[in-house]
Amino acid sequence: MKKLKGLTIKEASKLLEAKEISAKELVADYISRAKKLNKNLNSFLTFAENEAIDQAERIDKLRRDNQKLSPLAGIPFAAKDIFSTKGIKTTAGSKVLESYIPVYDATVVGKLFEAGACIVGKTNQDAWAHGSSGENSDFRPTKNPYDTSRVPGGSSSGSAVATAADQVIFATGTDTGGSIRLPAAFCNVVGLKPTYGRVSRYGIIAMASSLDSIGHFTKTVFDNALVLNTTAGLDEMDATTSPLKIDNYTDEIRKSPSGLKVGLPKEYFEGLNKEIKQNITKALNVLERQGVIIENVSLPHTKYGVATYYIIQPSEVSSNLARYDGIRFGYDRDNFGAEAKRRIILGTYTLSSGYYDAYYLKAMKIRRLIRQDFIKAFKKVDVIITPTSASLPFKFEEKTDDPLTMYLSDIYTTNINLAGIPSLNVPCGFIDNLPTGMQIIGPDFSEKLLYRVGHSYEQESRWFERRPNL
Amino acid sequence: MSKVKIDINHVSKLANLNLTKEEKEKFEKQLSSVLTYISQLNEIETEGVEPIGHITGMVNVLREDEPRPSLSQEDSLLNASKKQNGFFQVDSIFEE
Repeated sequence: MKKLKGLTIKEASKLLEAKEISAKELVADYISRAKKLNKNLNSFLTFAENEAIDQAERIDKLRRDNQKLSPLAGIPFAAKDIFSTKGIKTTAGSKVLESYIPVYDATVVGKLFEAGACIVGKTNQDAWAHGSSGENSDFRPTKNPYDTSRVPGGSSSGSAVATAADQVIFATGTDTGGSIRLPAAFCNVVGLKPTYGRVSRYGIIAMASSLDSIGHFTKTVFDNALVLNTTAGLDEMDATTSPLKIDNYTDEIRKSPSGLKVGLPKEYFEGLNKEIKQNITKALNVLERQGVIIENVSLPHTKYGVATYYIIQPSEVSSNLARYDGIRFGYDRDNFGAEAKRRIILGTYTLSSGYYDAYYLKAMKIRRLIRQDFIKAFKKVDVIITPTSASLPFKFEEKTDDPLTMYLSDIYTTNINLAGIPSLNVPCGFIDNLPTGMQIIGPDFSEKLLYRVGHSYEQESRWFERRPNL
Repeated sequence: MSKVKIDINHVSKLANLNLTKEEKEKFEKQLSSVLTYISQLNEIETEGVEPIGHITGMVNVLREDEPRPSLSQEDSLLNASKKQNGFFQVDSIFEE
């Protein structure tokens, strides 16, 4: 029996293509590990063993018939439980949808199935994607595989953990204010928040519709680009998706970043934890040796990001969650957990008569100023690099008493969603055996460039090789 | 920063949420601190700034208004807690 653990999409796909392993063997191996580790990690809410094995058998048959297949064919993956999956329970991590079974697939899920990817299951998350730690799951908290007394980050907790712990080879997530990048940083995996409108939101349970970005987790940057090759693009079911042509994201990924200008926004480095700063500095030194030019930039409205975000996001949450009335699907509104109730109240207040101009409209104007800061900076530099998180993975219950402290966990990530631009978390080393990450941020639709910079750094640093001890 | 307070009874009614007395007290206190934090935005002059619509600037996305296949009646009712004769069943809202 081949060692199947720890494979990347690229490696697994090569073994499948050479017929050294079958998709069924590969998927069965991942399912059994996923189930075993779940007892300790709580990363999955639902397993879809039958669907995964059926798909794997279908792929093996196509392969025997020498059909041309996608690199994702036969690859075991997981979907965050906020992605609608036809016939597979989809809860959004909430008791309101505890027994909800969608009758259609999200566009992204449909595209992954069409490419032949095999769904191992649905992953745990903060209910409705509200949270930065995974502790707002209405079911149970997901644990960090590098230290199970600590949070994995949220809200796409289970997807980050499933990827890090080799329960799947990749997993989908959503990022409204950092919900992919923060758990990616806390779990030593690569996580992409694409440009708003690059990937369809159709069939994904809406959190804050003007901010929701649909991305994914992988072990390596190359794998991440492979998945985006499948998920990106215009969708007539989501009118906010861009008609701009999609790139081939793996093309040119090996091109040297030499000559590119990397901006460091001074606002993100003032008062930063010394050790995290040290890790980022080491990473920047690697990139400098590879030929990038480091420059200082300023994003003057940085400090207003979280406040702006906590007007826009709860306002849109209150509107999106108004549909849960217990009539057409799900249970009634008494089943909302504390955080969802808090955000519904806050958003209803900021949108209520007499307050709209002072809150939502004002915030949408400041959002313009935050976006303009980035546009101005990108006239000077090609990409911007910052830490993804101002702190290390924290202990359970460390921040649960005070919502504002929890909200500030996203201080480095929310502004990117407000600006609509793409950002890639790339692992950048450990502190006391806990992972840290940096985010590479670029202008609208510059995912290809982010992958090129990230890949170059990763090939030298190789942090993805440091797997959790499980 | 000035203290801001939510009228929790009024807002929970608007949001159609039944909150317990404990929840009301807790949320009122917690959200007051969030709103106080948010009030720092008053420092920023936004006169003449165009509010964001679609973030990358897409406008007027239209398609032909043509009928197309959709969910069946059976599928649409699949997750309903109460149904009757192919319809969603709801509690009456008018008194006799």
